[in-house]
Amino acid sequence: MNKLTSIESAITSIESGMTLGIGGWGSRRKPMALVRELLRSDVRDLTVVSYGGADVGMLCAAGKVRKLIFAFASLDFIPLEPYFRQARQSGSIEVMEIDEGMMMLGLEAAARRLPFIPTAIGLGTDVLTRNPDLKLVQSPYDDSRDWVAMPALELDVGLIHVDRADARGVCQINAPDRYMDDLYARAARTTIVSAEEIIEVESMHNDPHASRAVYWERSETTQVVHAPLGAHPSSCQPLYGHDAAHFKAYAASAKADGGWQGYRDQYLTGDEKAYIDAVGGEDAIRELPLPVY
Amino acid sequence: MTYRLVDQVICAASESWRDSGEVLATGIGLVPRLAASLAMCSSNPDLMMTDSEAWIVSEPVPVGPRGDYTIRAETWMGFSRIFSNVWGGKRHAMVGPTQIDRFGQANISCIGDYAAPKVQMLGVRGFPGNSINHPNSFFVPAHSKRVFVEGEVDMVSSIGFNPDRLPRGYALDDIVIGRVITNLGVFDFAGPDHQLRLLSLNGDATVDDVIENTGFEVCIDGDVPPTAAPTTEQLALLAELDPHDLRERALG
Repeated sequence: MNKLTSIESAITSIESGMTLGIGGWGSRRKPMALVRELLRSDVRDLTVVSYGGADVGMLCAAGKVRKLIFAFASLDFIPLEPYFRQARQSGSIEVMEIDEGMMMLGLEAAARRLPFIPTAIGLGTDVLTRNPDLKLVQSPYDDSRDWVAMPALELDVGLIHVDRADARGVCQINAPDRYMDDLYARAARTTIVSAEEIIEVESMHNDPHASRAVYWERSETTQVVHAPLGAHPSSCQPLYGHDAAHFKAYAASAKADGGWQGYRDQYLTGDEKAYIDAVGGEDAIRELPLPVY
Repeated sequence: MTYRLVDQVICAASESWRDSGEVLATGIGLVPRLAASLAMCSSNPDLMMTDSEAWIVSEPVPVGPRGDYTIRAETWMGFSRIFSNVWGGKRHAMVGPTQIDRFGQANISCIGDYAAPKVQMLGVRGFPGNSINHPNSFFVPAHSKRVFVEGEVDMVSSIGFNPDRLPRGYALDDIVIGRVITNLGVFDFAGPDHQLRLLSLNGDATVDDVIENTGFEVCIDGDVPPTAAPTTEQLALLAELDPHDLRERALG
């Protein structure tokens, strides 16, 4: 099955009101080209599940988010995500704030088609009081404790960025960490993957390292989009690091007069090609140093 | 041997792991990371540590630009596996909360009205899961009533010794909080009824400094000793772990 499609066509499958899961972590391997295409659309009222970075900030700034399911939003070296902050501080989004591991369990539950997974996480904290929908359960076995029933985080669409994919949806992540991307792919009804490079699967045959870098079966990939540098300004190891200068400009825009509109006018008026040129061009991005944590 | 307050603070903080056994030591932020690294290089060589990215390393990675240094990776430790470790309980983290209350409950999420916070910070991150699964110590660079708040913290991100929030089937003694290290002193929550207890004073801080800058009562038991001075060995290790002296500005 050929799943290769254009970025525009892939994003038209996203409708207002859907629940979206976004892979990556903070400033790391975020499917930003897909997010930017979403920003260009008129989709709104999204529920977003993310280990958040600028994906969350931009979608909030553009008014696309009705509800955010999150444990944090951060640009890592700039600890506080500027537009996520604005959205929270103005009370403009509904939130379900949970622990990082709870989010993982919610995705696992959805991936395994379970209604919930019991956990001790959240007990004794305001995660429970701020999320009155989170229920406690008792063990059917011999046990005197309450457990938090972390509900499945079922996703309509998962957005993931990888370094290599073939047209049938075999996706390789050669970065040190896949984060929770495999869980997003499994928790989502449909998954859109953007890839730095489209490969012929033959190139992986008899290369166990390449095959071990595939974390979900191609049946979990619905659409494949060729999006070189599609994680920018987040990192896509081992190919390029995050763009610290761009993140600084992005964070500064949140405090400037034009705010989000100013950022949008400067970088997001054209297509992805225009974006790459506006942020300094392909060569400059490929030179971005890999991050040191 | 001359040393700075920050050196003393890091050495005191590293004591948090002395008796932790063979666990993953995680220090979030520069001072906790150096403290964990120092502990692994001295008081507790059984500790495990990551490169703060995706690998368990056989020796702590120096902070800052690495030059020719290559990490001594021994196994993969991406985020999903970190949670496997956390849920198994074999970890002791040191974290930097924005607020801490008399129950040892900590907050890094937000300040003010939850619906539209005055200050939105990170979110609860891994605090809820960490605090119910393994010991955590706290580092506070600037000890004040804004951090050690009078009432409860605004968003309880990690469980503490609050009887009103104790989950069914739990005893207060099931909750474990390690040490609290601030610029002023070293503390634990082992006072009467898990009250914050002053163990020693850093630099030239006084008991009055602690009392004036804490929003709740602190257990002060007799004469409080000064925090130990760093040893020559510790200072030499710190110079290796922090070759660019990033710690110089760590206390603000």
